[in-house]
Amino acid sequence: MTNDSYQRCDIPGRSFFIFGKKREVFGLGNAIAVMLGGVLGACLRYGLGLLVPTNEGFPVITLLINLSGSMFLAWFFTVTSQRIAIQPRLKLAIGTGFTGAFTTFSSFSLETITLIQHDHIFLALLYVLLSLFGGIACAVLGARVATRKERQIEQVKGEM
Amino acid sequence: MWLVAIGGMFGAVTRFLLGKWVTSKINSSFPFGTWGINISGSFLLGLLAALHVKNMAPDWMWLLVGIGFLGAFTTFSTFAYETIQMLQRKENRPAVIYVVTSVTFSILFVWIGQYIGRIV
Repeated sequence: MTNDSYQRCDIPGRSFFIFGKKREVFGLGNAIAVMLGGVLGACLRYGLGLLVPTNEGFPVITLLINLSGSMFLAWFFTVTSQRIAIQPRLKLAIGTGFTGAFTTFSSFSLETITLIQHDHIFLALLYVLLSLFGGIACAVLGARVATRKERQIEQVKGEM
Repeated sequence: MWLVAIGGMFGAVTRFLLGKWVTSKINSSFPFGTWGINISGSFLLGLLAALHVKNMAPDWMWLLVGIGFLGAFTTFSTFAYETIQMLQRKENRPAVIYVVTSVTFSILFVWIGQYIGRIV
């Protein structure tokens, strides 16, 4: 091994050498970050679901979870890619791990088919349309808020 | 609660690794990773739900695999984010195809999963 396959890494408080390429490939730390976020996301989703039991009614909780998660993820990914420098692992833990596990697609499809099977065709259609258009609109809104804040900061910087 | 936590932990990391593997294999801007994950996860949840109703899958398995693993494995937020990214890149047709096929296939496959769960 030659020295240039190493990359010096400085984190406040400790500095160490990492083996750049291998670290990228195996990424055990990345996987652990996603796992920790996943635990919190899944528990929060389950906990919120316990608050409102939905047997045959309209699945309000999943809808709210998916809409809020879509808005947050779009805001978070936009803001961290353009404005705030954040540790890549923290980004993975919060974005891919937490928000990814908090929101869910499988419950959405199961709830839709359950509504159809109970002859609530209108509710099923409403649920699908609200989830899709709502989710995309929330994501657009989240990304907009993130870019608008960025522009305001640039303006302030320009005025100074 | 800890069953959901363990399931969620493995669901999230499986999605992450599988998604990375798919994007490294397929050179396309179409998010095949999330697409396949959401459809296959829906199929498995339908299957498990039918088995749970028949008492062939106990409650702990429903919490661990259904709510924990499959709930965290599939994702809606990434789906929405990928859609707006495609729209931002002016890839309107792929975006519409992504949304429509994700929803129709996942609902179709949850139904197929349920059907298989009922007849076994």
